[in-house]
Amino acid sequence: MGFLLDPWPWWISGPLIGLTVGLLLLIGARNLGVSSSFRHLCAMALPKSRLPYLAQDNLKEQAWNLFFVGGIALGAFVAVHFLSRNPVEFLPAHYHTLTGALKLLGGGFLIGFGTRWARGCTSGHAIMGLSSFQKPSLYAVLSFFGGGLLAAAVAKFLIGGGP
Amino acid sequence: MKHLRYLLLGAYFGIVLTKSEVTTWHKIRAMFYFREPDLYLIIGLGVVVGSICVWFVRRSKPTTPFGEPVVVQPKPMHKGVFFGSFLFGIGWFIAGTCPGPIYAQLGGGEFFAVFTLIGAIIGAYAFALLKPKLPD
Repeated sequence: MGFLLDPWPWWISGPLIGLTVGLLLLIGARNLGVSSSFRHLCAMALPKSRLPYLAQDNLKEQAWNLFFVGGIALGAFVAVHFLSRNPVEFLPAHYHTLTGALKLLGGGFLIGFGTRWARGCTSGHAIMGLSSFQKPSLYAVLSFFGGGLLAAAVAKFLIGGGP
Repeated sequence: MKHLRYLLLGAYFGIVLTKSEVTTWHKIRAMFYFREPDLYLIIGLGVVVGSICVWFVRRSKPTTPFGEPVVVQPKPMHKGVFFGSFLFGIGWFIAGTCPGPIYAQLGGGEFFAVFTLIGAIIGAYAFALLKPKLPD
């Protein structure tokens, strides 16, 4: 069973990620999605906001999503501490700097703004949306790969390798 | 407690995300620079298995152990699907993570992911502010 402690190959992890769609539907009656959690966290941080997007967020109905993302953190803790032979390097050392923190803030801003505008991310559009053959999700996936690949090309052109 | 199941389902997802390494900056860079096909294959196989799940649900119309009907919700077509996703893609490249892995990084002890999460929450706030002016 030692192989479990190494990174799992794509042909194991891909199907297991897809299986999340079925488990969440059959056990939880919910459609896989993560990025709406940003809306809920923002609405919780600003309970008195009059902005309709925050004031109209039904936290009671959507609480499941916060339990789900909390579970993701819990699962990652288990994976790192009990299911890994070697330390997991999430971010490279050069991101543990002030510049790195600013990149993460800026990148995070685009992630939050973009996924809320699109009403979905890699989980909601790529995995759940494509799995249920939804055309808007196909456009979303093409568009976010377009944005990412363009950013990669620009970074390579400007600084040869990317920030 | 009905919500506990989502914590456990999330934990399953978090373990799989972390062990597949889609939560690491290096894997995301390798994907965008076409250095390795892993992430494309992971998403592709995820969709194959996911669509079998959805096919089963649509065909057999099951209910959960709590008696709730299981419904696959439609994704509405709107302009944000194009514009918002494009911006998200740029952020995905810069921060080296998409939304799910932000939480995985935090749980896995990568505390700099706090910056990504705070950025994303501020991004959601900016969207709430600008929503009336943006094409929907």
